[in-house]
Amino acid sequence: MIKLFLSLEWKAFFRSADFGKGLALKVLMGFFALYLVGMFLLIGIAVYPFLNDKFPDQNPFLTVNSFLFYWVLGDLVFRFFMQKLPVMSVKPLLTLPVKRSQIVNYVLRKSVFSFFNALPLFAIIPFGITLIFNDYPTTSVLFWMLALIITTLIINFLNFIIESFSTQYELSFLPIIALVVALYALDYFQIISLSILVSSGFQAIYNTPCFIVILIAVLVGLYFFNFKLLKQKLFLDSGLKTKIKEVQTSNLDWTRNFGDVAPFMQLDLKLLWRNKRTRSSLWMLAMGLLYGLMFYPDQKYMEMPWMYAFVGIFVTGIFLINFGQFIPAWDSGYYKLLMSQNIKYENYLKSKFTLMTLSVIILFVLSIPYVYFGWRILLAQFVAAIYNIGVNTHVILIGGSYNRKKINLDQKAAFNFQGTGAVQWLIGIPLMFVPLAIFGITYAISSFEIACLVLGLLGVIGILLHQKIMTFITNKYVNSKYKMIDAFDQDN
Amino acid sequence: MITTSNLSKTYNGNQVLNIESLDIPKGQSFGLVGNNGAGKTTYFSLLLDLIQPTTGFIKSNDVQVDKSEDWKPFTSAFIDETFLIGYLTPEEYFYFIGELRNQNKADVDALVAQFSDFFHDEILGKKKFLRDLSKGNQKKTGIVAALIGNPEVIILDEPFANLDPTTQIRLKGIIKNLAEKQGVTVLVSSHDLSHVTDVCERIVVLEKGTIVKDLQTSEATLKELELHFSGGAEV
Repeated sequence: MIKLFLSLEWKAFFRSADFGKGLALKVLMGFFALYLVGMFLLIGIAVYPFLNDKFPDQNPFLTVNSFLFYWVLGDLVFRFFMQKLPVMSVKPLLTLPVKRSQIVNYVLRKSVFSFFNALPLFAIIPFGITLIFNDYPTTSVLFWMLALIITTLIINFLNFIIESFSTQYELSFLPIIALVVALYALDYFQIISLSILVSSGFQAIYNTPCFIVILIAVLVGLYFFNFKLLKQKLFLDSGLKTKIKEVQTSNLDWTRNFGDVAPFMQLDLKLLWRNKRTRSSLWMLAMGLLYGLMFYPDQKYMEMPWMYAFVGIFVTGIFLINFGQFIPAWDSGYYKLLMSQNIKYENYLKSKFTLMTLSVIILFVLSIPYVYFGWRILLAQFVAAIYNIGVNTHVILIGGSYNRKKINLDQKAAFNFQGTGAVQWLIGIPLMFVPLAIFGITYAISSFEIACLVLGLLGVIGILLHQKIMTFITNKYVNSKYKMIDAFDQDN
Repeated sequence: MITTSNLSKTYNGNQVLNIESLDIPKGQSFGLVGNNGAGKTTYFSLLLDLIQPTTGFIKSNDVQVDKSEDWKPFTSAFIDETFLIGYLTPEEYFYFIGELRNQNKADVDALVAQFSDFFHDEILGKKKFLRDLSKGNQKKTGIVAALIGNPEVIILDEPFANLDPTTQIRLKGIIKNLAEKQGVTVLVSSHDLSHVTDVCERIVVLEKGTIVKDLQTSEATLKELELHFSGGAEV
């Protein structure tokens, strides 16, 4: 039976529709994975000599143990965002003569062999070997390593439990963040010193290997809890069901002020608010706004005024970049409808332009408090906003005409690379680095004020030529109509 | 109303459609039948300029559809669920389509109200997004949306599939009424021979992209079609 399941997995991987198409992305992810493996390996090999060198009076083994608590916390958060239990894929199996418990066991056991569980091994094994070579008792070290591996699996199953409870809510990542922050705070303020607790636990297993039974018991307990949860959910009307919420409608009459583009603007606003993928990218706005705080308080960056424009472009343009890079793929689900309706392509694009422009203005207003770090920052942000409106909006619309990837609106955005093609990676260059280069070079050969003036002027020129550029862009979109319809028709 | 000349579509050397000539007069209810892969949807997609013809062209009301966009104001269609906008409620969808076709909310309401029994109280005022409706209800929404704005040409691909029997009968009434009373040219494709013969004045059978039969519907049509598709001898 397991053999059959595994052959299904194999086929699912190699026969997936985007296997060939998304190869570049897969290679990229592969490199990322290799990089992680390399990092862990490096840690595993280097941590012992490093600690020995830096803190000769401390036992490196004890130091590592005292950090295990933070590893557990970090791993929990990391997995929450990266690892999912693939339950949906079992739907077709439900009506076949396979026992439910067999399916559940299969799904759970499969999760044991995930990349996330293998990763820590690359650090644990070399470190363990170093310990043994440094005359630590072999049996104790082996049990200590085993304890860590079991802990990895405990985190693995704990994560699924947390996920199954928190996915029911809108901001599903809040509970896990709250939990981790709370645990960290308890430890940091020494209310309950969890890091010492965890450290002495592993120490105990090292000293008395039979304590490992406790960890095994926890693991088995979690496994069966997961088993129970999943078995309950394996019905079409519970876990495998997609939830239906009642709709809140608003008529958005204020968009009428924008004339012809009003119907499309209403559509875009609903698009943003009513779909998982777009809604989670709205949260990116807050992150983008706060991005400046990473730079401005830092004296090092304050002395590099040529960076100001870059930060300004990012802060005022975060929505523009996020939303704009997937025009027109946002509408890919009903692109055929739009193309067979009596619409003016120009109005459709103008609505996107208006939305992006509004966002830049709003973000600029919200970022005014950065004036606290100096008026030069405000000035840089102001010209960056003008540049965003005049140049970047048009650039990103032109980039969109090369967009050939469909987007499924129901999936969330974090680490979702669907719809991402070469265009999305390349568009970043003209959007962010060209203004950075222009600003940096003029700053180097003249002054900060002149650099601001040049960037602002470019923006103003873009705004003045708006009509002409839009006609050009519209033609580009019209010309690639059939290609887009065809591409958006493919499921990937 | 709709003239097709020398139309063909080829994918990688594989010809999927080849129609030398086909004229559909105004106000005709026209049925397209054929097995899977016969070219029905391809023909409709060409008619809506969603794909490019390899050779030939279609003229709708003397507008060549792949050259000018002037056919759009008087043409409407429902091909499949990709014509729906999943994150709108049915009402919002109707208003959106209405707006694109220069109909105000009152016009749309008046039109939609005629179909209240067609909807069985399952679509309007339910506060559900289109993506959360059942397949059948999605289809109903799409079909009614295609009637908004007094189009002169209506294209419906497989309109009867997924509908319950009551709605199928109602839909047949609606289509007949459109063609006979309002002079609308209705193009319908279907796998269900009895539905098409009920509704359409004229039925064209496609096979591997070519027209093999072109019938004016009469008493004998259904029998003839059944015989044809059961692989019986050509009459």
